[in-house]
Amino acid sequence: MSESALQIFISALLANNFVLAMFLGLCPFLGVSGKLETAFPMGVATTFVMLVASLCAFGLNLLLTALHLEFLRLIAYIVIIASAVQLVEMVLKKYSPALFRALGIYLPLITTNCAVLGVALFQTAREYDFVQSVAFSLGGGAGFTLALVLMAGVRERLRLSDVPGLAQGTAMTLMLAGILSLAFMGFAGIGS
Amino acid sequence: MKQPVLISNMEEFMEGVWKQNPVFVMVLGMCPTLAVTVSTLNALSMGLATAFVLIASCGLVSLLRKVIPKEVRIATYILIIATFVTAVDYAIQAISLALYDALGAFIQLIVVNCIILGRAEAHASKNPPLAAMINAAGMSAGFTIGLLALGTVREILGAGTLLGFSLFGPQFQPWVIMLLPPGGFFVLGGWLLLFAWYEKRKQGRLGGEVQHV
Repeated sequence: MSESALQIFISALLANNFVLAMFLGLCPFLGVSGKLETAFPMGVATTFVMLVASLCAFGLNLLLTALHLEFLRLIAYIVIIASAVQLVEMVLKKYSPALFRALGIYLPLITTNCAVLGVALFQTAREYDFVQSVAFSLGGGAGFTLALVLMAGVRERLRLSDVPGLAQGTAMTLMLAGILSLAFMGFAGIGS
Repeated sequence: MKQPVLISNMEEFMEGVWKQNPVFVMVLGMCPTLAVTVSTLNALSMGLATAFVLIASCGLVSLLRKVIPKEVRIATYILIIATFVTAVDYAIQAISLALYDALGAFIQLIVVNCIILGRAEAHASKNPPLAAMINAAGMSAGFTIGLLALGTVREILGAGTLLGFSLFGPQFQPWVIMLLPPGGFFVLGGWLLLFAWYEKRKQGRLGGEVQHV
């Protein structure tokens, strides 16, 4: 593995965008992307959880490998992530109750966000070192936020336009995601 | 009103297959749905792996439903699910390494499939083991059908094959975009449109009464 941290960051942000190219974290992507003012904080919260999860997963992986307990990896990761989410939830509840209510059920659901577990699993599978892992989680989080914000922007505009009755709701959102994903394919090759 | 056991079980099962289909109606578990459905075979294996985890963990959650304290129930469910996923992960690795490589991290990501946690919380924690497992089996069947619907369309259009057999002969120009990420979004969007159209037509027949479920 000789990729530089910057390459990994750019690749996770654009060419291999978590949501639009790797299909990770679609539930919040479809659920919270209705309004810009919730989409951005959600992205930041997820990025933070990703960073914490990635750091913990890195340390845990060293420990588990040293003890020859690799089969516990998945279980250990998910417990770490759940604790990190709990932490974010408590901090948000204390410092920004309005935001806490706006994010609602999607906040605890970060635990079951594939993107967060995905970061931990992919960095293990690709044998990233410490700096690479941090770059990967930050890039992934930034990419997730970018996709969420772009989608929210499009959907806010769409509310004023005349969508055919049949296509309203999820079908429309999926088609939009497809078009966004098509646009992101233009970045293929960057960072690799 | 007491129904005969067989009929009520069948209804419970069909609930997940049709009325509450996890892919098309509830739009849950999207990540594996879109990521692994580049071919019919991948879709089928993913469906079966998820089915095993779903049925086994719902059964266990249901057995333990009176033991698990309320405060830590979600964490307990996740641990139970993660255990079964680890088992499936190792089993697939042992059965077929090619398949394991094709599905990649998405086998382990079954843990965070919302369908499983949703079923454990909404159904298995309140019902006896048999009912919970039948419900889970219905959901798994619905999920597998959803995956197959996507996988088949994407494989036929994107590669011109079905289960690896060529359908249209060598002259066919594959529609590669269907195998790439945008294709996944478009095909699922298309299926949802089709179901919306079917629903609307059915309501039109019932006398134009608009009902939102």
